[in-house]
Amino acid sequence: MQELDPGVMLAVLLEMMGIWFWILGALALCGLTGFGWIIVRERGLSSGRLVRSQAFALLAGAAALVLMAHVTKSGFTDAGGPIDWLLIVAIFAGGWIGGTILIYAAMGWWRFMPGQERLVALITRLRPQPAA
Amino acid sequence: MGAAGLAAGGLVSACAPAPERVQTSAHIVIAGAGAAGLTAASRLAQRLDGARITIIDPRVRHLYQPGFTLIAAGLQPARYSVSRTASYLPRDVNWIEAGVAEFDPDANTVVTSTGQRVRYDYLFAAVGIDLDYGAIEGMDTSLIGQNGLGSVYHSPEAAEATWRSLDRFAETGGEALFLRPATEMKCAGAPLKYTFIVDDILRRRGTRSRSALTYAAHNNVLFSVPIVSEKVRMLYQDRAVDTLYGHVLKSIDPGARRAVFDTPGGEVERAYDFINVIPPMRAAAALRNSPLAWTSGPYAFDGWAEVDRYTLRHVRFPNVFVVGDATGVPKGKTAASVKWQVPVAIDHLAAELAGTQSDSRYDGYTSCPLITRLGRAMLVEFDYQDNLTPSFPGVIAPLEELWISWVMKTIALKPTYVSMLRGEA
Repeated sequence: MQELDPGVMLAVLLEMMGIWFWILGALALCGLTGFGWIIVRERGLSSGRLVRSQAFALLAGAAALVLMAHVTKSGFTDAGGPIDWLLIVAIFAGGWIGGTILIYAAMGWWRFMPGQERLVALITRLRPQPAA
Repeated sequence: MGAAGLAAGGLVSACAPAPERVQTSAHIVIAGAGAAGLTAASRLAQRLDGARITIIDPRVRHLYQPGFTLIAAGLQPARYSVSRTASYLPRDVNWIEAGVAEFDPDANTVVTSTGQRVRYDYLFAAVGIDLDYGAIEGMDTSLIGQNGLGSVYHSPEAAEATWRSLDRFAETGGEALFLRPATEMKCAGAPLKYTFIVDDILRRRGTRSRSALTYAAHNNVLFSVPIVSEKVRMLYQDRAVDTLYGHVLKSIDPGARRAVFDTPGGEVERAYDFINVIPPMRAAAALRNSPLAWTSGPYAFDGWAEVDRYTLRHVRFPNVFVVGDATGVPKGKTAASVKWQVPVAIDHLAAELAGTQSDSRYDGYTSCPLITRLGRAMLVEFDYQDNLTPSFPGVIAPLEELWISWVMKTIALKPTYVSMLRGEA
């Protein structure tokens, strides 16, 4: 093996993902920017929100695994060695971490969305009221 | 066909770092616009400044041959392997849409199928392989897909027809025959992996117990690299694939579903319900019948080009390089070989044009993602000396059936291949 070439890797990723390379890149950038912005604005991490976003992001990790199984036309029962399990963990972790950042940022932003109080009030009114 | 080196070694540069462009007014002709020809065109256009580059090939559509196995496994449609030659050609390359009828290296000339004589200063011969179905008595390629007759190599459409044939066979089970020719061939792992695929499909359909699978090797091994051959032998034993040695398909009766093999003990006839026919392969006729071919030795009979195995430069005509399938070297009829051969040949040409010398060497690297069932493959990479040359030593074991190798084959290989054609990988 000779040295890894970042230019080659970029060319292959662009060929592999097409327009999705830029869409996912933009999504990752938005998530990171939003995450950073909310941390600066709130001067720290909200542990409760972090736990909630981590819990929701488990679905994102699972979705990453399902997507990978779909595009490779295979399943995780095909794992044959330690490197396969590491890859599965890495795919799940990638989805989970990315999902956590996005969800945390979205939950933080939600509080500053114009008109969100009215939306919350509307949702509250639509909830079935307990019988008197 | 196999090209894990594209997926594995594909992320690794063959000639680093990026060299300076060379000023030249030379006319460089590339004969053939397959994987090797297009890669050479892209890299020459990047490397040379002022050169006139002409590529000669009549084929409008480009075929991604490593995808044929996936098509024949029912995982991809035929269009998966088909794209347009024009979409890979660099802007300033002149394309003559005709075949190469004759090489005349004494006159530094190529004659096209339309009679045009094209003079060159340097030639890249990348005319590839002829599939000699005619050498098998009774074989009719128009019958592929009917009556249990399959042939993955012929074309994407034939690979899809082979899948339809396999799909029907998998419902009932029966006798399945697999083989390879006694000639050099593209990706010698392809017939082995298709045997594994059929075994797996039969198991998934529940008809494996009603089936007998037989692999007929043309000599006394299953693969030219001893350690890989032994591993495949063990896997075949484990999967109950019967193995025959010294069997070369001589003739076939598609109607009666019978195949006749030449063996050391005489002709042997076998009945089948499904067969994957792989024809003898020879260098493309124009090269085979030209002074560029070997005149003696093991590569002379099928007309492979007489090149220095380390530089890909022709031994008798130093302004000629031969890359891709037509090279008369011990290994390397895969797209992975192309990826490693072309930069070496171009480095030598560029050095000559610049008045310097190149120490680039092609060590015979080639690779095969040897599918052992749907969802797993072994990433087999090796060189002229039959050494295993893993791209990720200690991480991806070359003889281990792994999902990661399958992932590379299914999603990373084609993008890497296309990047190679564009000179970016």
